[in-house]
Amino acid sequence: METILVLAHTETDGSLAKPVREALHAAAALHKSLAGSKLLVGLIGEDVQAAANSIAASPATKYFGVTGADFSVSRYATDAAAAEAIFKAAQATVVVAPATSRWARVLPGVAQRLGGRADTHVTGVAVADGKISVNRWYYRQRMEGVLTRTQRPWIIGVDPGSHTPCECGAGAASVEMVPVNLTEANKRTTVVGIREPKADAQTIRPDAELLFVTGAGWTKKQADGQTHVPEAEKLILGFLKQARASLGSSKSLVDLGGEGQAVLPFLSHLNQIGQTGATPRHAKGLSTCCHGEEPHTVGWRFIGERRAISLDPNCGWARGKADVLYVADAFAVVAKVNELLAAG
Amino acid sequence: MSTAYQIVVCGSIVPDPLQTLEPIASPTGPALKNEMMLPAVLDPWAGHALYEAANLAKNQPGSKVWLVSLGPKAKLQQVMMTVAQKVPFELVALDGSASGFTDATETAAALADAIAAIPGLDKSRLLVFGGWESASRGAGATMQMVGERLGLVDQFQGVDQLTVNADGSLEILERIEGGKHQVSKCAGAPALLGWATGNLPEPRNNPQVGMVNMRTVMPALQKAKPTKLAGEGLSFASVALPKQLRETQIVKDKSPDDIAKEIVEWIKK
Ligand SMILES: Cc1cc2nc3c(=O)[nH]c(=O)nc-3n(C[C@H](O)[C@H](O)[C@H](O)COP(=O)(O)OP(=O)(O)OC[C@H]3O[C@@H](n4cnc5c(N)ncnc54)[C@H](O)[C@@H]3O)c2cc1C
Repeated sequence: METILVLAHTETDGSLAKPVREALHAAAALHKSLAGSKLLVGLIGEDVQAAANSIAASPATKYFGVTGADFSVSRYATDAAAAEAIFKAAQATVVVAPATSRWARVLPGVAQRLGGRADTHVTGVAVADGKISVNRWYYRQRMEGVLTRTQRPWIIGVDPGSHTPCECGAGAASVEMVPVNLTEANKRTTVVGIREPKADAQTIRPDAELLFVTGAGWTKKQADGQTHVPEAEKLILGFLKQARASLGSSKSLVDLGGEGQAVLPFLSHLNQIGQTGATPRHAKGLSTCCHGEEPHTVGWRFIGERRAISLDPNCGWARGKADVLYVADAFAVVAKVNELLAAG
Repeated sequence: MSTAYQIVVCGSIVPDPLQTLEPIASPTGPALKNEMMLPAVLDPWAGHALYEAANLAKNQPGSKVWLVSLGPKAKLQQVMMTVAQKVPFELVALDGSASGFTDATETAAALADAIAAIPGLDKSRLLVFGGWESASRGAGATMQMVGERLGLVDQFQGVDQLTVNADGSLEILERIEGGKHQVSKCAGAPALLGWATGNLPEPRNNPQVGMVNMRTVMPALQKAKPTKLAGEGLSFASVALPKQLRETQIVKDKSPDDIAKEIVEWIKK
C-alpha cells in the first residue's frame, strides 16, 4: 500500500507556484488509481499556513510543515534536512515533487539519504497492473523511456509544465509542524540574493506563448557581402517586445560572444536551446537564421507548433523538424512582421 | 588566504550528439544500437566542470585536479586521447557502462567509492565538481548522491560561476528559473558543484599537457576497476524514439510581406 507524499516549497511570498499544483495533480491521479493508497502533503517555507490553505480542498488527508526563516531560502543543507524530516513524519513510500531548481538541487540527495531512488524530469506518471510507472526522456530528449521501480522510497521529480495544475480550491487546512534540528554545519552556506538582467533586458520568459529562436545567420555576411549586426539586434529586440516572446538561441550564436566577436549583447548561454542548452515548453516556436541541426532541435522537444525561416531549403528544419519552413531572408520577414505587430 | 584545493571532477563519455541514436532491447535492459561503435565525446557539462576545475587550480597554487570517469575502458581511452590534451589532471578510471539507462544511485556509489579511495584525500580542501546533468541519463541526480555519500551538504547545481573570496569563502552563481542566477556564499571547502556552462571556452589542444597527462592516463586505464551496474529493482517497460516526424511544408516562393502576414496570423491564432 503506497503512501504518496507531495513535497513542496513555498515561494518567498508564501504562495505555491504552479509546478506544485501540477505535481499535486499527478499525485492525486496516482492516489485515485491505487486502491488503499494515502495522499499527504508536506510544505517547507518560512510560513506554510497560507500555502496549505490555498490547496485545502485537495484530496490529501494530512498536511505536514517545516517552517522558519532558515527554510525560506533555497539551500541544499536545510532543504535536505527539512525534506528528510517530513518524509519520516509522513512515513511515505512515494514522493511526488515539482522539479523546480530548488527541488532539483536537493531531492536526489534526499533519496540517497533515505536509502531510496530518485527519478527526475518525469513527464508522465501512471499506474498499470497496480504498479506505478513514470515516463522520462534519455539522451537529451532523443528517446522516451517508461520505467518502474521496486525500491521505496521512490522520489519522483515532475517536470514543470508537463502536467495540468490541480483545480483544488482553498479552505482551512490544519498543518502538523515537524521539528528539524539544524546545526551550524547546515548553515555554512548563505543565500546572498538573486542576480537577474534588468527588467527590459530580461529575454527569457518561461510563460510566453511563443519561443523565438535566433541562429548564427543573424551575424553572418548577407547578400550584400556585409554583416548587419546592429540591424539584427534592432529587429530581434523589436520582435520580442511586440510579440512578448521568450528568446532562445542556437549554440553557435551564443558561443560567438565568448570568442570576442561583435555579437548580440542580450544573448547568453542561458538562452541556448538544445543538447547542451535548455528544453523549454512553449505552445509555439519560431526559428530564424538557424540551421536546425539535431543537437539544436532536441531542445525543441516540448515546443508545440514549429515554424522556421532560413535561406537554406535543405536545412534541418526541412527534414521533419518544423511544421512550416519559409525559405526567405529573415531580415526582410522579421522587419515586416514587426511592422504588422506594431500596427496591431 | 590561498587554499590548495583538491578538485575531483566526475565526468564520463556520451555518444557524439551528431550521431543518430536508436534504442534497442538487450539482455541487460535498454541500450543503443551499435553502442560500442558510436564515436564518443566527453560529456559536455562535465567538460565545462573540468575546464573550470583546471582554471581554478591554476589560480590557486598547489591545487590538483582529478578526473573520475566511469565508462567502457576502450571508449574512455579513445576520448582521453583528446581530453588529455586540454588541461592537466590525473585520471581515475572505472571500467563499466556509461549508458544513460544505468541507475544514478549505482553510478554514484561507484564514483563516491573511487573518490574516497584517492590517496591523500583531504576533505577540508575538497571540491567535487561534475556536470549538473549528463547528456545520457540527463537526470541531474548522480552528483547529489555522490555528495551525500561523501558527507557533503554544501551542494550547488547549475553553477555558472565560482569565485574564491580573499577570506577563502566561495561565491557561487546557480541557474534558477526564468534566466536568473541565485548567488550564494559558502564558508569554504568542502563543497560540491554541478556545473552548467560556466564562462570558459573549450581549451585548445596542447600536446605538452597531453604528454604529461598520458603518463598517468594509461596506467589508470590499465588498472581501471571493473564496475558492474546491475540496475537493481529498475525495469523498463519501453524505450522508444518519438513517433512524430513532422510533415514539413516548405514555402519557397512567397514574398517577405506575404510570409510576414502568415506568421503574424499564426502568432495571433
Ligand atoms: C557536443 C555538442 C553539443 C551541441 N549542443 C548544441 C546545443 O545545445 N544547441 C545548439 O544550438 N547547438 C548545439 N551544437 C551545435 C550544433 O551542432 C550546430 O553547430 C549549431 O546549432 C548551429 O547553429 P546555427 O544553426 O545557428 O548556425 P549555422 O549552422 O551557421 O546556420 C546558420 C543558418 O542561418 C541561415 N541564414 C543566414 N542568413 C540568413 C538570413 N538572412 N535569413 C534566414 N536565414 C539565414 C543559413 O542559411 C543557415 O541555415 C552542439 C554541438 C556539439 C558537437
